[in-house]
Amino acid sequence: MISALWVMIGISLLLGAVLGYSAIKFKVEGNPLVEKIDAVLPQTQCGQCGYPGCKPYAEAIAKGEIGINKCPPGGEEGIQKLADLLGVEFQPFGEGAGPKGKAVAFIDEQTCIGCTLCIQACPVDAIAGAAKQMHTIIASECTGCELCLPPCPVDCITMESIEENITNWKWRHPVIIPIKAVA
Amino acid sequence: MSEYLLILVGTVFVNNIVMVKILGLCPFMGVSRKLETAIGMGAATTFVLTLGSGASYLIQHYLLGPELAYLTTLSFIVVIAGIVQFTEMAIKKTSPDLYQVLGIYLPLITTNCAVLGIPLLNVQAKHDFMQSLLFGFGGAVGFTLVMVLFAGIRERLEGADVPGIFKGTAIAMVTAGLMSLSFMGFSGLVK
Repeated sequence: MISALWVMIGISLLLGAVLGYSAIKFKVEGNPLVEKIDAVLPQTQCGQCGYPGCKPYAEAIAKGEIGINKCPPGGEEGIQKLADLLGVEFQPFGEGAGPKGKAVAFIDEQTCIGCTLCIQACPVDAIAGAAKQMHTIIASECTGCELCLPPCPVDCITMESIEENITNWKWRHPVIIPIKAVA
Repeated sequence: MSEYLLILVGTVFVNNIVMVKILGLCPFMGVSRKLETAIGMGAATTFVLTLGSGASYLIQHYLLGPELAYLTTLSFIVVIAGIVQFTEMAIKKTSPDLYQVLGIYLPLITTNCAVLGIPLLNVQAKHDFMQSLLFGFGGAVGFTLVMVLFAGIRERLEGADVPGIFKGTAIAMVTAGLMSLSFMGFSGLVK
């Protein structure tokens, strides 16, 4: 009985030691700043910042290639968090670049010529259709990122804002109030 | 030498781990939708299974012995999980390309019943070290072979005109059954 315990303890200790040692030995150097910035970003992967996702945007911020005010889904709160993290000044959103209300794209099916350009632009595969066939938006998948608007040659895509109602209402993110010790 | 060859042929074809022993069905159904992922999964499994059967033989033979045999399953699970973790870290450092190819499949293997099943079968069959290694390697090659074949079939099934109620997993199950039947044709090739 007791030898069984020793054997299992021995195996676990040995494996733990090997894994712990190799975690240090084989550590892959990543940029810790990128991870921190990425944690602040909202992870919608919408591409409105001009980068193909939140991680590439985080990398670009870490390199100092681009400002911290390019993320509409994060809102002003997100910019503030990034400014605190990086120790830089708060930058407001540019003209007309701020967060908009929740919206989904809508294709005017009379005008659509079936060129598939919007399908290639969609980061979340929310557009169904094929060449020379009319396309349509899968509204439940659409994140409202507007990336399909510029490639459309006939401008048949419009953004329709979604009113908040009882079926799509969600709890707001809780606001954390820092607790201060009273002297 | 011929004995080793027999073990290889036996595990790859005759006692194929998926088709005859019906082990490792979860990745077989789950990751066989595309040819590339099937190959990636097969490669990762081959790597871990060969190492795992070697290590578990050493543990069984030198650490547990007959009086602690009831610890076999428990210790094998721990050791295999450890090996998978270790290989993941080592590969990530030494060969980022291979790490990209194996990707998510490496940690998935930890919970693959084929990877635990083969070391246990090794214990049952009282294989020595070399036989255990070959048994593990052969089993994994058999797994890879079946995965690749099945992925090829499934890619074609995507385009086939399947009746509505059989679409998707149902027809895949039927296909797997037919494949299993055809693998029965190898039985008797190696005793």
